[in-house]
Amino acid sequence: MNLHKLSSRLCPTVSKFRHLHIQSSGQQLEAVAVETESTEPNPLSVFRTSEQNPTYHSERHTGQYYTLPPAHIQKLFPHGLPPRFQLQIKTFNEGCVMVRPPVLELISYLKKADYSKPPLRYILYGDIGTGKSMSLSHALHYCYTQGWLIVHIPDAHLWVKNCKELLPSSSRPSRFDQPIQASQWLKNFKITNEGFLSKIKTTQQYVWTKRESTEKGQPLGVLVDQGVNRMKSSSDVVGAVLRELRLQAGGTTEGEGAFKLAVAVDGVNALWGKTSLKKEDRTMVCWCKPEELTLIHNLRKMMKNNWSGGAILTALSQTGSLFKPQSAYLPSELLGEEGFDNMEPFVPVSVSNYNEKEFESCYLYYLERNWLQHPHSRSEEGKKELIFLSNKNPSILERLCAFL
Amino acid sequence: MFLVWCILLLNNQAKNSYEAILHDISGQASKEIQCDQNFCLFATPTRFYFMDRPPFRRANKLGLPVRQIYVSSSLWKKNLAAAGPQKFTQEFIDKQVEEFEVGKRHLANMMEEDPETFTQEDIDRSIAYLFPSGLFEKRARPFMKHPEEIFPKQTAIQWDAKGRPFHFLFYTGKQSYYSLLHDVYEKILAIERHQDKMRNKGLFTSDTKQILLTGSRWLLKEEIEENLVENISDQDYMRLIQLMEKLLSMPYCSLEKEFILKFRKQLEVQSSKYEIPALQYDPQGVAFSVADGRRKTAKASITLRDSGSGNITINGRNYLHYFPVLQNRVQLMFPLLFVGMMGRFDIEGSVEGSGHSAQAGALRLAISRALLSFVSEGEVEKMRQAGLLTADPRIRERKKP
Repeated sequence: MNLHKLSSRLCPTVSKFRHLHIQSSGQQLEAVAVETESTEPNPLSVFRTSEQNPTYHSERHTGQYYTLPPAHIQKLFPHGLPPRFQLQIKTFNEGCVMVRPPVLELISYLKKADYSKPPLRYILYGDIGTGKSMSLSHALHYCYTQGWLIVHIPDAHLWVKNCKELLPSSSRPSRFDQPIQASQWLKNFKITNEGFLSKIKTTQQYVWTKRESTEKGQPLGVLVDQGVNRMKSSSDVVGAVLRELRLQAGGTTEGEGAFKLAVAVDGVNALWGKTSLKKEDRTMVCWCKPEELTLIHNLRKMMKNNWSGGAILTALSQTGSLFKPQSAYLPSELLGEEGFDNMEPFVPVSVSNYNEKEFESCYLYYLERNWLQHPHSRSEEGKKELIFLSNKNPSILERLCAFL
Repeated sequence: MFLVWCILLLNNQAKNSYEAILHDISGQASKEIQCDQNFCLFATPTRFYFMDRPPFRRANKLGLPVRQIYVSSSLWKKNLAAAGPQKFTQEFIDKQVEEFEVGKRHLANMMEEDPETFTQEDIDRSIAYLFPSGLFEKRARPFMKHPEEIFPKQTAIQWDAKGRPFHFLFYTGKQSYYSLLHDVYEKILAIERHQDKMRNKGLFTSDTKQILLTGSRWLLKEEIEENLVENISDQDYMRLIQLMEKLLSMPYCSLEKEFILKFRKQLEVQSSKYEIPALQYDPQGVAFSVADGRRKTAKASITLRDSGSGNITINGRNYLHYFPVLQNRVQLMFPLLFVGMMGRFDIEGSVEGSGHSAQAGALRLAISRALLSFVSEGEVEKMRQAGLLTADPRIRERKKP
């Protein structure tokens, strides 16, 4: 108990983390901690920062982990984080994200941008496993703390492949609907942006079927509920919601609720790539084109910069992409000609493997969390082996450490 | 009653003689006939004849005649296995030696070389040139060797015209082995006598010159059998080695050094076999070495540069992209980890052929070979023992029906 009080006096900010440690691993860790604390000031903070707000992250925080508050994780990322990171959160009981230079760059652009002009498009690109999705989530957390409205599509590839139900669209004959995906997304959208749903009002009337329609002036929440409850028209509801947000993002039309809109799409190359969905066209079976899907069509409209008052953050993804070679990672390769023309002009942000400091930080984090169980991994030699085998690639390192 | 007895007797005789013939010719065939006879006994009724017995009237064990059945020609074949290893007479071997010498001179003439200084290596070279063979098994290719190496050593006749053996230990059965044991024990006794003499003189010291035994091993049982030209058992071999050890344990054993060394075989220092690639220098003064490696059908060639940071490029791509499988990257890492020079080198490699595992194996061998030039002698031996420098001989076996 004395040790606990001593440690909490020395580092008050990280006291809650210390509490976890003492509960979980008893005597040994305490002894080690006291030793290190007496020699160096706050070794735990070498790779952790207490700055929870991404707004205040700067260069001196690079390589350090900050914790995502659990409340934020639940609200902001009901579907948003990469699956492996979600597993990690569950295992470690906390979601820690590393502050890295590409994200700092992105956040600085977001801070300096002029929101009365059309939105800037930012594309995060890089090799597989370098942290594009994680960087996107970090930037999105910043937007959330600033109070923006978040439109987050966690993986656009999920909308162009493995769709069980593909219905012909109710509104337009040549299009296809995906009710399950659309209603799923609307549910998550509702969780993220609950505050805004009552403030934004619809600008026109939407007729869904003979009996159902949404009047003008209704809050957005009604529209979203309509989509969630009625699966059949959910894709069109998505289109309507996006249209409303586009029109009202600048805050010029309605007096109430001038909000900034953040459109975040992961795997944006799916919008202009190929699909793996088949359609029955008379007697032949051929592949759907992306524009024939309602969801994709509406999303493409969002990607154009003919509205104002927000930012478009995107990340490329090769792992989920269809018919693209594994070596392709540049925007021109993954987006294709059509996609590149559509997305141009954009601000490219390159994400690369960890550098020395970041790797050190990640390694210490895993050590602290007792993730590296193998005794050899704690030695210098083990660390060199890890560096070699993963080549400081974040995802490969994570997968490697998983079985150590 | 008497007649029956006569017939039985006659039949017995016939049976004996006939069976004797059968055993001579083919032991197996007679068994066949026995079975057939039993079968036939039940099939046909038996008949007895008084006066004239027809020829080839066969009889089975009970003395009852049986109908003749067709007999195969295997009856007349010789039982080759029963004869033992082929024996060559001394004249035959001498004649072979003569023919070999003459043939050697002819061969030297053919190859337009000096017949006087024509060695065995020259013979091998010439035969390989004159009779090129694509056979994989080296022992199946044509060769020309001295008859000593071809015909197994055989003991000469060990008894005189009257049948009296020459050697006093002939009746032990392994005369050379037991005579060797006797010799060794003689030497042990001689050394003991020498020791006693030295003690009497007061010059006995236990720290005399010892025979160096490192780097050599005892001859194997097969090699001793070859020397003695007779078969010995495992226990005999153990006994011999124990005696030699006893001889070695005595202080004055250096008196019999040449005798003991006859039974020891020098081991070659294996690590001297590897040729270390030369260390070359860049225009900037950075050391680098080039080496090749092979595994299955994969061929790899790498350049190992000093003062690097652990970057590895294979066929122009990063090794993380080229080898997504962890196992292959571990293979690449192992030589560097073993020698302890992990972050020191930059590797640039090209590899082709076979599959990803084989390519990784080929690269590993190439890296180990390139490292030889950066590493000390003792490390080379350690690497050899770790198996880093051995080319994996496993290749794909052909399809068989």
